[in-house]
Amino acid sequence: MNKVKVIVIRAAGSNCDGETVHAFEMCGAQTELVHINELLRKEKDLHEFQILAIPGGFTYGDDISAGKILANEFKYLITEELRKFTGEGKLIIGICNGFQILVKAGLLPDSNLAQMEPDTTLSFNDSGKFEDRWVYLKQNTSSRCVFSQNLPEVIYLPVAHSEGKFICRNKQVLKRLKNNGQIVFQYADATGAPVDYPGNPNGSIEGIAGICDVSGRILGLMPHPERFVVPFQHPRWTREGKNLQADGLQIFKNGVDYASKNL
Amino acid sequence: MVTKIEIGFKSEFFDAYSEKILKDIHDLDLKQIKSVTANHVYYLLGDLSLEQIQPICHILLVDPITQEYSINSPLRTIAADERMVEITYNPGVMDPVEESTQKGIRDLGIQQVERVKTAIRYYLTGNINEAEKLMIIDKILANKVIQHEVRPNEEIFADPNLYHFKRIEIDLLQADDAKLMKISQEGQLYLNIEEMLTIQAYFRKLGRQPTDVELETLAQTWSEHCGHKTFRGRIQTEEGVIDNLLKQTIMKVTQTLNKPWCVSVFKDNAGIITFDEQFDVCFKVETHNHPSALEPYGGASTGIGGVIRDPMGTGLGAKPVLNTDVFCFGPPDYPYQNLPSGTLHPKRIFKGVHAGVRDYGNRMGIPTANGAIHFDELYVGNPLVFCGNVGLLPVGMTEKTVVPGDVVILVGGRTGRDGIHGATFSSAELTSESEIISSGAVQIGNPITEKKMLDTLLQARDLGLYRAITDVGGGGLSSAIGELCSQTGVRVHLERIPLKYKGLSYTEIWISEAQERMVIAVPVENVEKILKLFANEDVEATVVADITDNHKLELVYQGNLVCELEMDFLHDGFPKLTRKATWNQPRFDEPDFDDPSDLTPYLHQILAAYNVCSKESIIRQYDHEVQGGSVLKPLQGVDEDGPGDACVFRPVLNSYKGVVISNGFNPKYGLIDPYDMAASAIDEAVRQIIAVGGNPEKIAILDNFCWGNTDKPDRLGGLVRAAQACYDIALVYETPFISGKDSLNNEYQVNGKSISIPPTLLISAMSVMDDVRQAISMDAKKPGNLIYVLGETKNEMGGSHYYFVRGYMGNTVPKVDAKIGKKLMAALNRAMKKGLVKSCHDCSEGGIGVAAVEMAFAGGIGMKINLNRVPVSDGVIKNDILLFSESNSRFLVEIASDDQKAFESMMQGNVFANIGSLIDTDDFIVVGLNGHEVINDKIIHFKESWQKTLRNF
Repeated sequence: MNKVKVIVIRAAGSNCDGETVHAFEMCGAQTELVHINELLRKEKDLHEFQILAIPGGFTYGDDISAGKILANEFKYLITEELRKFTGEGKLIIGICNGFQILVKAGLLPDSNLAQMEPDTTLSFNDSGKFEDRWVYLKQNTSSRCVFSQNLPEVIYLPVAHSEGKFICRNKQVLKRLKNNGQIVFQYADATGAPVDYPGNPNGSIEGIAGICDVSGRILGLMPHPERFVVPFQHPRWTREGKNLQADGLQIFKNGVDYASKNL
Repeated sequence: MVTKIEIGFKSEFFDAYSEKILKDIHDLDLKQIKSVTANHVYYLLGDLSLEQIQPICHILLVDPITQEYSINSPLRTIAADERMVEITYNPGVMDPVEESTQKGIRDLGIQQVERVKTAIRYYLTGNINEAEKLMIIDKILANKVIQHEVRPNEEIFADPNLYHFKRIEIDLLQADDAKLMKISQEGQLYLNIEEMLTIQAYFRKLGRQPTDVELETLAQTWSEHCGHKTFRGRIQTEEGVIDNLLKQTIMKVTQTLNKPWCVSVFKDNAGIITFDEQFDVCFKVETHNHPSALEPYGGASTGIGGVIRDPMGTGLGAKPVLNTDVFCFGPPDYPYQNLPSGTLHPKRIFKGVHAGVRDYGNRMGIPTANGAIHFDELYVGNPLVFCGNVGLLPVGMTEKTVVPGDVVILVGGRTGRDGIHGATFSSAELTSESEIISSGAVQIGNPITEKKMLDTLLQARDLGLYRAITDVGGGGLSSAIGELCSQTGVRVHLERIPLKYKGLSYTEIWISEAQERMVIAVPVENVEKILKLFANEDVEATVVADITDNHKLELVYQGNLVCELEMDFLHDGFPKLTRKATWNQPRFDEPDFDDPSDLTPYLHQILAAYNVCSKESIIRQYDHEVQGGSVLKPLQGVDEDGPGDACVFRPVLNSYKGVVISNGFNPKYGLIDPYDMAASAIDEAVRQIIAVGGNPEKIAILDNFCWGNTDKPDRLGGLVRAAQACYDIALVYETPFISGKDSLNNEYQVNGKSISIPPTLLISAMSVMDDVRQAISMDAKKPGNLIYVLGETKNEMGGSHYYFVRGYMGNTVPKVDAKIGKKLMAALNRAMKKGLVKSCHDCSEGGIGVAAVEMAFAGGIGMKINLNRVPVSDGVIKNDILLFSESNSRFLVEIASDDQKAFESMMQGNVFANIGSLIDTDDFIVVGLNGHEVINDKIIHFKESWQKTLRNF
């Protein structure tokens, strides 16, 4: 069987690319780190890959708003390539800045790159601050998302951002996301119950931390699964032992397994 | 044509930024301001049609869900009780958003926008008068060094004046001493008379006048910042002359110890030690004090940006993997009315510095996982900002080669007027005039420019496309290219250097300290390939110089030779100064009070003190986990909020080998005796490494001296003592110094009187841990486990936090007995390797009392200890001394009762004792010498005292 091929896209200011590549490689994928300019110059073809990942960072400084400039490059400069990629049922994961980019490019909540009026956005945290902390996430067991299968109902991952407050244009959009099973992760307490700040680190509506498209093949999330792929990254591993399950790794494994079987 | 776009949040969305400004205004006691609205303004220069402007707004600049906008008209009307203030950057100050916005617009297929400028419009609602408005602008909204209020009809895109070449010579040959000093002062050269006379003699020999750029180059190269004249000069002490203090103390330790794992010390931009078979690690710490005093955000962000470029410019270029930061400020509650004129309030400096370091480090994607903040009134006029960076360098990439015939390529940011005279400015004492005279020294950083430069440089390095690299930092191109080619010679073509804007003279180009620039030496055959590599990722790179073999620095501007200096004279020609050093031990009041029967309130007070209290709100704003390598994070324990000692991280993700980083410093001790201050700093840094399981056989340390004006004999006398302690203690601990830096003019003038900062030595330590899975955190783990104190407690209360909260300084500053400390640490490390230690915490500020309660509340487990069992030196007969003395070389450790025998036998031959245990309740109880409880309170109450002080920072 051929190895699953993953493209991790970087641009000026990407900075979680190394650990994202590492996470995919731990899952046995063949991973290539590619600069957006290589795609724009058509030196690389998206078509070669089964999974596209957009890592965290501050692309172009997050000047104007987080992820906006790279999102526009996706939306307006490699439109056809992306359409083809998603049309073939391939997988996309956007983490932190990557999530912001997917939302602002119109790949989430519906992979409709042509849409001019966005349905959702990610805005400044209510705290007004960038914060790095670990949070519990309740996983929506009825979600169709490819990446969230085989996870415990509550997982633990770090967030590190200042623009992670998830907002819907109106109530209908929120309702639609719920009905379609597009809400994948919600900030919660250790038991899975809803929380306020700091458990919900940014003030997202209904504690939404990650959503997928209707097909479940495109996932965007603010927390960083690539920062929890071995137990020793957990903030309490010196208390809770060296056999903690690394929740983050499973998310990458799910993607690679799915691609290996289906793509 | 200028298009003005104003963008604001829709009223139904919470605007955290505006709320923060409102809170700051209320802090100024202007409670009549009821609300603040901050709108972003973009000015676009270029002929745009409305059909083009609308998509720029809708698709790029505005978030249609949360924001609304207006084009060429105000977004809102100004109400009767409202004032509108628009703040923008001064002409010539780089606006990082400008470049990104232009790119974003070009991506939309719109090419007409020539320039972009941004501003923020504040609508202040509430009745205030003009004076109050100006106060809000001055204290909160704008820093006049870089920003101003937009005037009605101001020309936003004013064209800078064009520059027409004119070779400028300085009339030096005939000048007498007075004239020479006038030239030095008026040119902001900060050269003294001996140096000016040496320069005069040199040009008399050449038989010509120097040009302005030649004098500037000499001033920069010979500045304290670049030349370390004090440390390398001669010092006359009462005991005799010390020739080169650095070589006699700090470098001598390293030489004597001669550790095989030291790869490169004191010669490159950072010190390098071995890590594993594939990589070495390097470490550098620098200060950026004076710029941070004037413009905290810009000063601090360029401080961290600059030190990141040190590892990037070490060997053939290391990858930055960790940031550290240590700050010293005046107290955040310092009364406004006591502020010396020309100084910013400590709280504003604190916030600005923290934000600057945070934003730069986070954007670069480098974790900030170790640091400290110290507050003292003596830092009010002169804060200290130490920034450090650890880099990962492939083995065998230590050496640079500079070959005549190769060319120099300048990579990264463009050159502007920012940072003119930064290096020489650091040689001056700050005065209320500093912000006017030296505003050019303040720079604004752009981390994304640095990040993309880093991404491409590492590729070029791995392809072997260049032979040498160094960073452009203090002293600008003058220092960078001058030093890179000091053994060969170089001819620089100044007109080729890309500029941010027109109008720079050849001298300004040469001495600018504009950020985010590196220089590399490239063989001619690789030039085309390497330029393409940079261009592919939108990184600017330009061939600016030819490396020659004539041992001269030659600068050419549009074909005109404007500088021709011999490298030997430039780098070794400065006269060695002989400075006088004296030392008189200061005497402080020695307190004499009874041993309180209840120490609970004092423990609460110490925990709440600025220097001890939780820094969680500050730490959380740093990304301390990016790159995925963190193992021991700065916040530890059951609620992830206890204060960790050293940080441990894995720079290589497929290996369990780790790097351990710590810092030690205590300026309060420096006020009593700089010798003991320095000794204690080394002890603390080493202790913290040991506390987390670091390897005592492989600890490298860095020195950063921040001192007052060492032209004054008493200041220099203290410096000599501190350097001597560095030698004495590091030799016994076998911790070689691998790099260091000094900043020696940290004084501030108030009404003609010069106030010095406390003598401050920061020791940063780095160790390598073979298996990070053996790392030990500081939080208590399990009720029933035993608590041990290791090391002897002495009557050493001078400079302690207990004395501080009781209003005293005292004189009995903690000493270091490194022989005893070394033996103890070796034994503790062996016990740790056997897995016998469940938790371990370093005893520092606040002594056993603070360390014990921190372990307890971090673990969420009660503790009971008995002071009768604490091993003491003679004459310690008071509970408060036992609990709060800050004697060095001590640890608290937690041991499972099953391991008691094994642990005690491993510690034989050292001073240690079981002083209590972890208990099933949530109380912290200390039994005093007479058998009565001297402390009894809930651990959560202590935690609250510790957390409340800076919780809402």
